[in-house]
Amino acid sequence: MRRREFLKHTAKVTAASVAIPAVIDGYPVKAFANSPLLSALQGAATDNDHVLVMIQLFGGNDGLNMVVPLDVYGKYQAARTNIAIPEGKVLPLQGNIKTGLHPAMKGIQELYDDGKVCIIQSVSYPSPDYSHFRATDIWLTGADSDKVLSTGWGGRYLAEEYPNFPEGFPNTEAPDPLAIQIGSLVSPMFQGPAASMGVAISSATDFYDLIGEAPTNDPPLDKHWGVELKYIRLIAKQCDKYIDSIKLAASKVTRQGAYPDTNLANQLKIVARLVAGGLKTRMYMVSLGNFDSHANQTEAGDTTKGFHADLLDQVSGAIKAFMDDLTQLKASKRVVGMTFSEFGRRIRSNGSMGTDHGAAAPVIVFGDYVLQGVLGNSPTLPDTSTVADNIAMQYDFRSVYASLLEQWFCVKQEELENVLMKDYQRLPIVSGIACGLITAVPDVRDAGINYITNYPNPFVEKTYIKYTTKGGHTMIQIFDTTGRLVTVPVSKVHVAGDYTISFDAEGLPNGIYYARFQNGSISQVRTMMKVR
Amino acid sequence: MDRRQFLTLSAARQKRTVNNASFGRTDSGVNTYTGAFETPQMVHVLKRALFGATPADLAWAKTLGNMDAVVDALLTMEPTPPAPPVNNYGDDSTGIAPGQPWVMSAPYVKTDGDSLGQNRQRSYRAWWMGVLLNQKRSIQEKMTLFWHNHFPTETTVVLDLRYHYQYNVTLRKHCIGNFKELVKAVTLDPCMLNYLNGDLNSKTAAQENYARELQELFTIGKGPDSHYTEDDVRAASRVLTGYRINAQTVTSYFDSSEHDFENKQFSDFYGKRTVTGQTGAAGAEELDALLDLIFSNAEVAKFIVRKLYRYFVYYSIDDQVEQDVITPLANIFRDNDYELVPLLKAMFKSEHFYDPLNMSCLIKSPADFCVGLCREFSVEFPAASDYMNAYDAWDYIRDTAGKMQQNLGDPPNVAGWPAYYQEPMFHELWITTDTLPKRNQLSDFLITGQGARNNLKADVIAFADQLSDPGNPNTLIQDSLDLLYRVETPDAFKASLKSQFLLSGQTTDYYWTQAWQNYKNNPTDAALKQVVETRLKTMYKFIMDLSEYQLS
Repeated sequence: MRRREFLKHTAKVTAASVAIPAVIDGYPVKAFANSPLLSALQGAATDNDHVLVMIQLFGGNDGLNMVVPLDVYGKYQAARTNIAIPEGKVLPLQGNIKTGLHPAMKGIQELYDDGKVCIIQSVSYPSPDYSHFRATDIWLTGADSDKVLSTGWGGRYLAEEYPNFPEGFPNTEAPDPLAIQIGSLVSPMFQGPAASMGVAISSATDFYDLIGEAPTNDPPLDKHWGVELKYIRLIAKQCDKYIDSIKLAASKVTRQGAYPDTNLANQLKIVARLVAGGLKTRMYMVSLGNFDSHANQTEAGDTTKGFHADLLDQVSGAIKAFMDDLTQLKASKRVVGMTFSEFGRRIRSNGSMGTDHGAAAPVIVFGDYVLQGVLGNSPTLPDTSTVADNIAMQYDFRSVYASLLEQWFCVKQEELENVLMKDYQRLPIVSGIACGLITAVPDVRDAGINYITNYPNPFVEKTYIKYTTKGGHTMIQIFDTTGRLVTVPVSKVHVAGDYTISFDAEGLPNGIYYARFQNGSISQVRTMMKVR
Repeated sequence: MDRRQFLTLSAARQKRTVNNASFGRTDSGVNTYTGAFETPQMVHVLKRALFGATPADLAWAKTLGNMDAVVDALLTMEPTPPAPPVNNYGDDSTGIAPGQPWVMSAPYVKTDGDSLGQNRQRSYRAWWMGVLLNQKRSIQEKMTLFWHNHFPTETTVVLDLRYHYQYNVTLRKHCIGNFKELVKAVTLDPCMLNYLNGDLNSKTAAQENYARELQELFTIGKGPDSHYTEDDVRAASRVLTGYRINAQTVTSYFDSSEHDFENKQFSDFYGKRTVTGQTGAAGAEELDALLDLIFSNAEVAKFIVRKLYRYFVYYSIDDQVEQDVITPLANIFRDNDYELVPLLKAMFKSEHFYDPLNMSCLIKSPADFCVGLCREFSVEFPAASDYMNAYDAWDYIRDTAGKMQQNLGDPPNVAGWPAYYQEPMFHELWITTDTLPKRNQLSDFLITGQGARNNLKADVIAFADQLSDPGNPNTLIQDSLDLLYRVETPDAFKASLKSQFLLSGQTTDYYWTQAWQNYKNNPTDAALKQVVETRLKTMYKFIMDLSEYQLS
């Protein structure tokens, strides 16, 4: 154990008697977090060379055909008679009989079986938005669905770590771009409070040398044109500033592994080259479009083929090649990646062999330090599906961000709240070794235990919700089938034990309601039906 | 006129300005502008309504002499629509001979190993760039591109390129006509029907795709007062059931057997109105009822005015602009039954448009940058009759703008280009560490005459020769900057341009005057020409590499 790890470990143990459960479970710990001693012992969060690669799948990826719920296969098949993946074709996962992958995703299956993939089920947020552009903004900014944030979550994180950016950058501590977008437009995810924290490149070697200098006068910032001119000049300077470090990194890697010749693989190939070349950039964003599968997402004769299958094949093949390349370049231990899309699709397929805009969908996280597993249960599917049925949320997408920031970028509690605005549930995604913190995380994969039940069910006006908490902060949220947050009947710190509350649905429409239980890293969803 | 003079235009405005001292704001609104209409104002309106402003454009505006005449002329359609794209690629399995238009050929079904689809995609996009490069003094091409961004379709999604040509014709035909008629034409257009799956929308399997974007992106928008519901999306999708495409003729038709003839109930946002279900051919009339319902909502005019404002004026809309500009323009738009010309006239003749605050502040889009550069510097393209070379050269400019993130015919998705909607950066998104060097590269290639395809090059001598007194280095520089920059530059900068580039370090103006005169007296003398050409090239290259050249 290195000295810093030892200190962190010791600090945790010493503090345990006061507030350690709160830290582990990730609930409000303001008083604890303000301890200057602990902050000092834990050291700077930036003191590592970890890289996060975000893979954006634009258009709303059909999560239900990507991660197939084998334990409720019958209901899945019934809801999607025209596009369901045949049970025998679904790729199995090592040690997991409930869940399988789309047959085009052999690469992800191999990485999973190697212990390098974590699949998080049913990721969304309360009252999800069904517009591509708004939902994308929500995912990139980390906003609640009824709020608009002008900064991106990645930008806020980097601004927390490098508060003065872009003034005085690059410098000896941060000689390289903080974030890189592969493509020409920098993602709103990297928008910081003062400036975009990212730079865009479409290939690592075609930078064009800028010449000439701007006139020395500074533009007036109380004029629109002055604001724009200052911005353009800033970019012009950045073109100059980072070109050398990017070229240097690219030049250090002269041989890379084999990649498929696809759009996404070409992007990840550049990322691998820059990471292995020693660039200190913290975050990368790559993207792939065309997931908006309203029509003909599978072939009529063979539902394992079609354009959605081609896209998943591209995603899986690119990630596998990327990880293999990083491994042979001895840089894989520096990288964690995740896929995301602005929303999933409806449970039921439509009449044109496609699926319309939906709610929750799985997220795939990969990397050498990632904890193998499938978090959460298979989505709850109705016996008889209707067109409006959506997959209920099990995990908030900001929980995924919070977990990665904490477990991969070693971000401290108080900074985490600055970045994400709230204290989100943390999930066991990355091994504690990554930040030198081994924390005892309860096993959330203990299916079979019902933490939340209700009776009667179905019910007419009122039902009783019974839940079992392990103590600490406990929350129950009630959603309707569109994902709209109806109410939050429980949100408080409990002593461990069994509790019962009543849920009065008088005045609410008949139909299905989801009761989502959250306690520590445990989430469970109970389906309740209101009838007359 | 500087800002101080502008602010003192009227006493009424002076009084109110006191309350609006922050961020150099004025409270200029939509009253007709009555101030000076000289070079700065002329170049301003020319650059915003056209792609770039050439020396000849400015001379034309000076001949007309006043704002009304210039704006009215710019807001007039060209009498003849552009000729359709032709076969510039050779083999054509539908039997179209080289040089002949392919837009009414037999349907083209994409097959493996046949490159016709790709060839026509390139032909179509090159053709459109050719139309932009050959534009006359009308706003029609800038408006057609505006509508392409507003009602996007992608050539990578709709694969029969005949559809895109028809769509392009539809957008141009209505580009400054009636907006409501344009929405109806777009709704029924085969390209849009195919792009957003409207042609799959049927009573047994309603398809929400177009119904959603019709409201979210095309008419109502997502402004603060937009509250249509998911049920409204579903109701609209049911109204829109039954439209199908005849691939032979590239036309759409209504199939009443696929139409949902139940009543469609809309929410409070639409006054709880119902579109009454119709059977048989009358089912097609529900579209008019749906558009009446949507267009009766005040959000439509505001949404479109905001979008036009962001395209032609500036992207930032604060409360005061909303109140003093957007709202009155939206009222004009509604009062004129969604006719675009009265709205655009009001905008391009308003005090707000000529307020110095709103000059020089628009970051050029890639199309504006590339086409404007070629027009300003008389870049010579092969004649349209030499279609092989002409399309090749047009495609080079099209491809270059594409690499700067604006590919004609292929906006990134159904929301159009992010520069027109993505908060908070908007137009700044065009300028990145990837695209800015590409802009500099294109101007370098064209100015130096090396590097671009088809030996395309800027004619720097022709540019200088159209200015008032090219033999005088001071007026040459001032006239050039009046056209190329929208930002005032310090005297020291102009002095440095003169001494560094035109005088090669000398101090007397005479050296340049003499060199220019020598060339003019002996225009065929290669050596004399080179003296002025190399100096002009290095100066214009420098001017265009600076950030100021990105502003319009």
